[in-house]
Amino acid sequence: MTRTEHVYVMYIDSTASRIFDAIVKPEFARQYWLHENHSDWKPGSPWEHRDRETGQAKIVGKVVESSPPHRLVFTWAAVAEAADPNAYSRVTFDIEPMDGMVKLTVTHDQLIPGSSMEQGITNGWPRVLSSLKSFLETGKPLPIWVKAASAR
Amino acid sequence: MDAVFKALADPGRRRLLDRLFTSPGLTLGQLCEEMDMSRQAVSQHLALLEDANLVSTVWRGREKLHFLNPVPIHEIYDRWVKKFERTSLKALEQLKKQLEGERHD
Repeated sequence: MTRTEHVYVMYIDSTASRIFDAIVKPEFARQYWLHENHSDWKPGSPWEHRDRETGQAKIVGKVVESSPPHRLVFTWAAVAEAADPNAYSRVTFDIEPMDGMVKLTVTHDQLIPGSSMEQGITNGWPRVLSSLKSFLETGKPLPIWVKAASAR
Repeated sequence: MDAVFKALADPGRRRLLDRLFTSPGLTLGQLCEEMDMSRQAVSQHLALLEDANLVSTVWRGREKLHFLNPVPIHEIYDRWVKKFERTSLKALEQLKKQLEGERHD
């Protein structure tokens, strides 16, 4: 079956370590993502994407690769579909310093074309990445995104 | 942000973005297939879109794949669109309709 992928790029005025931490440390992620990522971040370990209010896992998967602060790879599936091996897609963060900024590339691949997960992530990543940039550069997440998300 | 507005100002480039929206990961050759433009023109448009960070690219072997990167558009949306309340946008739209209606009457 053909799978599809999406590649998001963002330049952030920060350091690779701060960006890596913003993804893996719950106390940072909860501020701009409204969710927390929990794992020991060892290859093969499970990870969970949890709602910061309810603590409920929304997305689950396994850590494929963790090379702080430059690369993080994990699999990704909705909790409701976690038992189905076909439901898993993959997310790769590549974090590389470039011209005094840091280039963050998020590659979300192995998605089922037209799936609700594909629709969800294409809405989600641009928001999350804008909010991450704002959080790291100004210390504040995007308030508008926070409002929009809590309205859902 | 200027680069983004400039990149979006061309209908041909917007069509390329539309194509990448429906079919992520196309090569230059594939993008040329449905465009009534020379390969060179498509290639120049893509370079401009890449400079504006509206298109992200990945090398797979000898192929360069192109993806729509809507992150800068989202930043513009946050900066320029969201702050205008939906209600005032609606009011403006109604005003525009009324004014245009008057002219046609």
